[in-house]
Amino acid sequence: MSANIRPSGVFDTAYAQDISINRTRFDKFLANGLFVLLLIVPLLTIEGPLAANILPQSWIGVLNRIAIFVIAVQGLNILTGYTGQISLGHAAFMAVGAYTGAVLARELGMTFWIALPIAALVTGVTGLIFGLPSLRVKGFYLAMATLAAQFIIPWLLRYPLEGLTGGSRPLSVPEPTLFGLSFAHENAMYYIIIPMSIFLSLAARNIVRTRVGRAFISVRDNDLAAELLGINVFSYKLQAFFLSALYAGVAGCLLAFESNSLSLDKFLLDRSIEMLAMLVIGGAGFPLGPLFGVAFVNLLTQNIIPSVIPTLKQVLPGFLPFINPINIDAALGPTLFGLALMFFLIIAPRGLAHRWEILKIAWKIRPYSH
Amino acid sequence: MDQSKIKLEVKAISLSFGGIRALSNVSFRVQEGAIFAIIGPNGAGKTSLINSINGFYSPQEGAILFEGQNITRKPPYQRAKLGISRTFQNIALYTNMTALDNLMAARHIHMRSNMLTGALFYGSARDEEIAHRERVEEIIDFLEMEGIRKTIVGNLSYGLRKRVELGRALALEPTLLLLDEPMAGMNVEEKEDMARFILDIHERQGMTIVLIEHDMGLVMDISQRVVALDFGRKIAEGTPDEIKRNDAVIKAYLGEEV
Repeated sequence: MSANIRPSGVFDTAYAQDISINRTRFDKFLANGLFVLLLIVPLLTIEGPLAANILPQSWIGVLNRIAIFVIAVQGLNILTGYTGQISLGHAAFMAVGAYTGAVLARELGMTFWIALPIAALVTGVTGLIFGLPSLRVKGFYLAMATLAAQFIIPWLLRYPLEGLTGGSRPLSVPEPTLFGLSFAHENAMYYIIIPMSIFLSLAARNIVRTRVGRAFISVRDNDLAAELLGINVFSYKLQAFFLSALYAGVAGCLLAFESNSLSLDKFLLDRSIEMLAMLVIGGAGFPLGPLFGVAFVNLLTQNIIPSVIPTLKQVLPGFLPFINPINIDAALGPTLFGLALMFFLIIAPRGLAHRWEILKIAWKIRPYSH
Repeated sequence: MDQSKIKLEVKAISLSFGGIRALSNVSFRVQEGAIFAIIGPNGAGKTSLINSINGFYSPQEGAILFEGQNITRKPPYQRAKLGISRTFQNIALYTNMTALDNLMAARHIHMRSNMLTGALFYGSARDEEIAHRERVEEIIDFLEMEGIRKTIVGNLSYGLRKRVELGRALALEPTLLLLDEPMAGMNVEEKEDMARFILDIHERQGMTIVLIEHDMGLVMDISQRVVALDFGRKIAEGTPDEIKRNDAVIKAYLGEEV
């Protein structure tokens, strides 16, 4: 992880240079260039202002979803990756953010721009409450305690709060506007979601490389030593729960406003586990882990698996005659996803981000091997 | 003894785990600026004593006074803020961090930035990072670990890890340093290095040091006062010369003549 290798001939002469993320001019160019590229993507689609049919329109929806889940998984990364507290309730926290934002906009007519931070804070506090068991329990036991959130929160939203949330029925969400400008279209939402995702990812990165983040990692690596060396472990666990839920809240709220409709079955246990899988595949405890994980899992479930299913459907019954070719469709997707997960855990147990770090170092010290 | 110069006073503490009595009625005083050694055979309660001083265990009876203040009921992290720092018998570093980050993590109590300023980074958090980095670099220079600054400590050798751990304890800028077997498992050269570092810290900063060590030659060389424990009881206290001649100590280490 000590990817602090500079290209040959680049030397740090001040601590400020040593701690900067983009040290060389090329790094800066790359980072800014990528940002600009991302910003012009909607202009090149058919529904963009130029109506240029260069990039497929479907990209925008995909990028929006990826960016939203990057935010959510960044939150999970803070809690699970850096602080070492496994959470199985992350989707429930997203639901809190989504429904708080939606209800504030529907019932109080609040604008998206105010509803979003309020939803984030409400979710953060919810996360903090469900983080309280971390005072006494660790590891698997804590995972069980967070599982409680995953059952209690959707139940609360479905039954006791049915008057506000519509229970099991889908809830429509008003479109965000700014100075009379509507953000109903996905191309417009893109300009909210992408900068937000980048900003929050950078914020997460900054947190983990300063005082609070080091306290988080200390708690993960050795909570006893951390406590004996001046870190109030319980307080930092709670802060991690708060931050993590805050991120989930932002992601949930963005998801609600992006899809203009909400339903509870987007926020169930399978979603929590899927986000955990994204984090593990991407690399828990790496700043780029969430991006790699979300992008890769999206690619896998939306593109790669659907593209191989038709062939498998033809071939498989030949090998395995007991398989019923009629209902094979529903089973193949999850099976392939599970197999892919196992494959990645074996070839890259520390995640794609770790592979990426290794690759970067190899590139910088080329042509030597070490 | 001059009352105002007492750094640490352990007053008749007793500690038991269920039926096992780890410490019974142990008392001693550590002078400000002293190197104070705790010796005793395995299982004598030395580590339990250190753990009680910095709050990991809470003794059922007795009191611990740090600079005259009763800290018996204070949680460990608050004792660290008062200036008590330590190393561990079985190294307890933050394994996945670099040596540098391990030291920076120990600056925690001296730093101020929070989630918000940390998230924004530019501004106070960055200035703070740089200011504290300078302090940490002084310790890195002092302990001669420039070459391993950016190495993940999990990949370091045992001797170097011990050194990083000493660095981490120093980064806290303690006034009382507890060293739990700082030289265990080291070869002669590493032991000499470590002894040199301990003496240097003591001389330069006048830091009060309490250490547990099994190497008697070394203990007798560097410490000014020694307390000997056996089966959780204090059996002797005095200068190294007195301890060497003490019958109870000799008995505890070598057994009785039959």
